[in-house]
Amino acid sequence: MATFKDFRNSVKPNWCPGCGDFSVQAAIQRAAANIGLEPEGLAVVSGIGCSGRISGYINSYGFHGIHGRSLPIAQGVKMANRDLTVIASGGDGDGFAIGMGHTIHAIRRNINVTYIVMDNQIYGLTKGQTSPRSATGFKTKSTPEGSIEQAISPMEMALTAGGTFVAQSFSTDLKDLTALIEQGIQHEGFSLINVFSPCVTYNKINTYDWFKENLTKLKDIEGYDSSNREQAMQTLMKHDGLVTGLIYQDTQRKSYQQMLNGYSETPLATADLKLDQAYFDKLLEEFK
Amino acid sequence: MVKQLSWKVGGQQGEGIESTGEIFSIALNRLGYYLYGYRHFSSRIKGGHTNNKIRVSTTQTRSISDDLDILVAFDQETIDVNYKELHENGIIIADAKFNPNKPEDTNAVMFSVAFTQMATDLGTSLMKNMVAVGATCAVMNLDIKVFEEVVGEIFGRKGQAVVAKNMEAIQAGFDFTKEQLGANAGSMELDKADGKKRMFMIGNDAIALGAIAAGSRFMAAYPITPASEIMEYLIKKLPDLGGTVIQTEDEIAAATMAIGANYAGVRAFTASAGPGLSLKMESIGLSGMTETPLVIIDTQRGGPSTGLPTKQEQSDLMAMIYGTHGEIPKIVLAPSTVQEAFYDTAEAFNLAEEYQCPVILLSDLQLSLGKQTVEPLEFDRVEIRRGKLQTELPEIENKEYFKRYEVTEDGVSPRVVPGMKFGIHHVTGVEHDETGKPSESAVNRNIQMDKRFRKVENIKFDTPVYKNAPHEEADVLLVGFNSTRGAIEEAMERIEADGIKVNHAHIRLIHPFPADELSALVQSAKKVVVVENNATGQLANIIKMNVGYANKVVKFNKYDGNPFLPHEIHTKCKELF
Repeated sequence: MATFKDFRNSVKPNWCPGCGDFSVQAAIQRAAANIGLEPEGLAVVSGIGCSGRISGYINSYGFHGIHGRSLPIAQGVKMANRDLTVIASGGDGDGFAIGMGHTIHAIRRNINVTYIVMDNQIYGLTKGQTSPRSATGFKTKSTPEGSIEQAISPMEMALTAGGTFVAQSFSTDLKDLTALIEQGIQHEGFSLINVFSPCVTYNKINTYDWFKENLTKLKDIEGYDSSNREQAMQTLMKHDGLVTGLIYQDTQRKSYQQMLNGYSETPLATADLKLDQAYFDKLLEEFK
Repeated sequence: MVKQLSWKVGGQQGEGIESTGEIFSIALNRLGYYLYGYRHFSSRIKGGHTNNKIRVSTTQTRSISDDLDILVAFDQETIDVNYKELHENGIIIADAKFNPNKPEDTNAVMFSVAFTQMATDLGTSLMKNMVAVGATCAVMNLDIKVFEEVVGEIFGRKGQAVVAKNMEAIQAGFDFTKEQLGANAGSMELDKADGKKRMFMIGNDAIALGAIAAGSRFMAAYPITPASEIMEYLIKKLPDLGGTVIQTEDEIAAATMAIGANYAGVRAFTASAGPGLSLKMESIGLSGMTETPLVIIDTQRGGPSTGLPTKQEQSDLMAMIYGTHGEIPKIVLAPSTVQEAFYDTAEAFNLAEEYQCPVILLSDLQLSLGKQTVEPLEFDRVEIRRGKLQTELPEIENKEYFKRYEVTEDGVSPRVVPGMKFGIHHVTGVEHDETGKPSESAVNRNIQMDKRFRKVENIKFDTPVYKNAPHEEADVLLVGFNSTRGAIEEAMERIEADGIKVNHAHIRLIHPFPADELSALVQSAKKVVVVENNATGQLANIIKMNVGYANKVVKFNKYDGNPFLPHEIHTKCKELF
């Protein structure tokens, strides 16, 4: 059985010291080992940005794609090989700006992929511009007077898009984050885990201390029921989205692949490509 | 008796013009005639003039005819827009309902037949199409029995009574018109066909069949004219084979999803038209840089921007060759017949895996949607070659990454798919080393860039140029790609009859351009007339760039949304001499 060390490779991340992404990397490695994955059975697909480099820092199959497109690539991988564990990952710019269209549709499509967003409320790799997660008034190089746009609420958005697994975490809560990733991978359907992962270089507002001060753990809310969508939405609105833990899970709805007519029980990637001549002849006959 | 004729049915979009043409065509196809159809339609669901022009011949034909024999009109607009196509002895059959008015400047004969009234008398005006089919039978002196089978298939599920009513409508149209014919009786009677039952399909059907035959089991696509039929066909068929089609949220998702599936070992593809291809450009670069096989179908239509979405054009050529930022190896194919569309699509999947790069199969609206009689497709001819895809790997120690981008003599590296032990590696659109780790070193950059381009230095593709070159030295070499083949072939006979020596080359491998294959023909011709449906002469420019002889190259362009007609090419060549 593989241990979390087997999911480590020799590549030194190019993240700044203190970056929240280190913990996300560690949590993925631990979660993979904890649920008994082997490195070759895991594919990590990532987008562009600091966080996008994560696919190269985990000893597993890794695909570092183009900006905002980790989700369609990841869904393609999963459709081709349903036996693989597929994690898509990227930053808040990747998933909620350039890739927002894919995010909403991946949520409503509900293919069995786990999407981990490293949310630092800023564009880091391009050296400090506003993100769709930046709060109104947030000053950056691209918003010197402060952002005048409304920040996206990804968890509320995920609930309205029909998300079946909606969770949020904080990168320093390694234990909780690891457990959520495990649950997300094991969830039959699409799982979205938004992780507050502070940018220590460009975001001087949403710092580790700021999150510690402002976050509420759902497990500390008495009577919180993660199967209650209405309560989930109300709680998010009440806390301005600043909660961590499993926000909502729907275990009843079937995944896309479970509902798909005729879809192969075995990985499509292992299917025999050669068609039966009689079947082909039948197809041609239909055109006569 | 005639060897071929053209029939056109027209009316308002949404009133069954398409199905009238369909029923007519299927029945004649089953008699053994060769059909070639081209639909004139607009980008709207209801309303607007639409017509379906169908050529019926005792020999294979791949072009719309210059003129028209029979025009079936459901409204006055159909007559006004189309009557000039009718030749001297042409016949108009029009619905009496709209009091058809025959323009003065035509010698064509018009028969007013109460399509709508007769249908209504029989139960429902919906059957007016059947009355029109019956009227056509009278003009062509066809036994209406040929429609029994087709009508049975189409309306059978609605019950025998409906089938019988529709046959009655055909009979009524036939009987009434027969009485009116007088001296025109028999003037449109076709020679007997050979009775062979051949396939009747559009190019998009052949593309979809090619994908299935090649083992493609996953398609990701976004609806667009004129490509949607490919996904619609596969949505019906792939579940039989364990596969599926995902209709994605956009064109970018379609391309990247197909890349993800190919990366994971499935022969996946996507299909679109110009606007979709524009959106897929970054993904095409990703496929090139990560050396992930990818097949993309581009069914060209009128551009730029939304352009002429339902009209013929061939203006994506340069975009498909050069599109995506930076430089990647790429293969662009352009089948010129429905049969070639089948074989070339299947081959595209082989090339994508053998050369580990994007392969774009170009089609155009006329080839993709023109419904026609097709000779058998030979399943035996479809090979499945997966290149350097590894199925077993030697053990490696110390968690070393597999050298997915190993530098090899032919530039092609061994490829593994996720799930394989000892095959772990990283894939990235960032410049990378042999194991897929990002690298900005100048030395590595040159090594990997050269490696990627080495792959396509010696592409093996059967018949990169279709040649029909009877002359060692020709006055004219006609060159085209995709669907212009039929019009060129037909024009050739007439040009020859004028005493002009003409050769024909149709480019099937657009990129890398097969200059060596073409240069002898260019050298030995006095003029090279490049026939293409675009404004700037993209293929002509490519020939000048790759083959030379710029002073011989004559651009012949048409970009009004309509396909070339044989007489246009004939006239152009006559003008040159």
